[in-house]
Amino acid sequence: MRRRGLSFRKLSDRLVRLFSTIAVLLAVGAMLWIIIVVVIYGAKALQWSFFVNPSKPYGIPDGGIANALLGSVIITLGATLLATPPALAAGIALSEFKDYKKLMFLLRFSANVMMGMPSVLVGLFVYIIMVVPSGNFSGFAASVALAIIMFPVIMRTTEDMLAMVPYTLRESALALGMTRMRTTLHIVCMSARKGLLTGILLALSRVSGETAPLLFTAMFADGWPNNYFTGPTANMPVLITEYTTNSPFAAMHEAGWGAALVVTALVLIINVITRIIFREKGHGH
Amino acid sequence: MAIKIHAKKLNFYYGAHQALFDNSLEIEANRITAVIGPSGCGKSTHLRIYNRIFELYRDQRVEGELLIDGKNVLAPKVDVLELRRKIGMIFQKPTPFPMSVFDNVAYPLKLHFKLSKTKIADRVEQALRGASLWDEVKDKLKASGLALSGGQQQRLCIARAIAAEPEILLMDEPTSAIDPVATLKIEELMLELKKKFTVMIVTHNMQQAARISDYTAFFFQGYIIEFGETEQIFTNPQKTKTEEYITGRFG
Repeated sequence: MRRRGLSFRKLSDRLVRLFSTIAVLLAVGAMLWIIIVVVIYGAKALQWSFFVNPSKPYGIPDGGIANALLGSVIITLGATLLATPPALAAGIALSEFKDYKKLMFLLRFSANVMMGMPSVLVGLFVYIIMVVPSGNFSGFAASVALAIIMFPVIMRTTEDMLAMVPYTLRESALALGMTRMRTTLHIVCMSARKGLLTGILLALSRVSGETAPLLFTAMFADGWPNNYFTGPTANMPVLITEYTTNSPFAAMHEAGWGAALVVTALVLIINVITRIIFREKGHGH
Repeated sequence: MAIKIHAKKLNFYYGAHQALFDNSLEIEANRITAVIGPSGCGKSTHLRIYNRIFELYRDQRVEGELLIDGKNVLAPKVDVLELRRKIGMIFQKPTPFPMSVFDNVAYPLKLHFKLSKTKIADRVEQALRGASLWDEVKDKLKASGLALSGGQQQRLCIARAIAAEPEILLMDEPTSAIDPVATLKIEELMLELKKKFTVMIVTHNMQQAARISDYTAFFFQGYIIEFGETEQIFTNPQKTKTEEYITGRFG
């Protein structure tokens, strides 16, 4: 029997390895590059006053980001509170009530559409249904817009996480005489609780940088965010956009980059926390 | 001899596909009845009718009667939750709940009875002793049930199943995912369990059926080919199919 040449196989093996290495370097490199640029431009802004002072109108010195940071936290938390209950319920329905095929098809289909919808459209939609009728921008409207973006993300991860719970666990709960509802909430969701939390955190970090929807809803205000339901509310993404693109002042450019650095760091932290939570899930299933 | 369960002409369907044909059986109380047969012959399907667990899936349905203590439990007005309290089930893979050892066993107790804390603790201990697990876990009742070994997890599931004082135990290949030493323990345990419960076990392991069961039912392609005392089935089978299967000529 004639041996096939080894050199070609070794060569192709090396090529594949080379390409994968390049791909990895590109991905990691792009991320590092972004972080480095943000750090270089943003680091200068990071002073104590930057974190504790609210933003000031154009041209007035010593402006900070405290109001925008607080506003963003409020808006994002509001969005999480609005999105999580219905999204968990929908995810549970998709995973546990598969038998209602038509209804679940409809739910999954509309979630897919929502998932692919550009966020600027969501912003415009909330602008038309909330901001225009009420006559004012509001942080709450921004929460609604972000909640709409979060909903399908949480729903799909919930469905996936519950699907990972083995069917025999449901059966053994039912076999003990539990109702379907108790089985779902106490046993299945308990089993997947870390996965569910992961989904919520991922959605949260996904929307924490969304800018377009906020331009139509929260807008911006230099004051503290003390009228979340009725007035424009300061927030990080709009501050970054405004300061780095619209302002003629160098100090504001710097502050914009500083704010970008803070957002990047926060998103990174959320992602790391998510990782840690999910990795602790080292048992059984 | 007291008949605990009387299956009368059970026919079972997965959608349009019929999986069981005219299954009739009389199961004696406080005995172990083994269900044997090649893969896909309907052993598990048959067992899953008894506690109506198949109803989780909308496309599955059953015809016929299943009398437990003379009452047809397949009748629509039967309370399924109470039925399932009376019939414990053990699955192929251990399925401890994601909670402590203690809470695993206490869960069905709290579900079905109103008991004081001390009563619950007593019953949990009883159930764990009943499942020959107490000595191994008495110092780690607060540890997660998932932290136990496979064999211990399965005995935890047995403790959980017997905690709410059922009358019947259904075991669906309870040792097929367990190592031989742990299997032996569970087999010894089953001989204890039959003093209090009526036990049915689906098994792929014919030695197991021969070792522990009093009666054996041989299933093939959805039919009960032969049913009788285990000794008779294994030493003097009446049907050729049974003989071929137990001598290892197929399956």
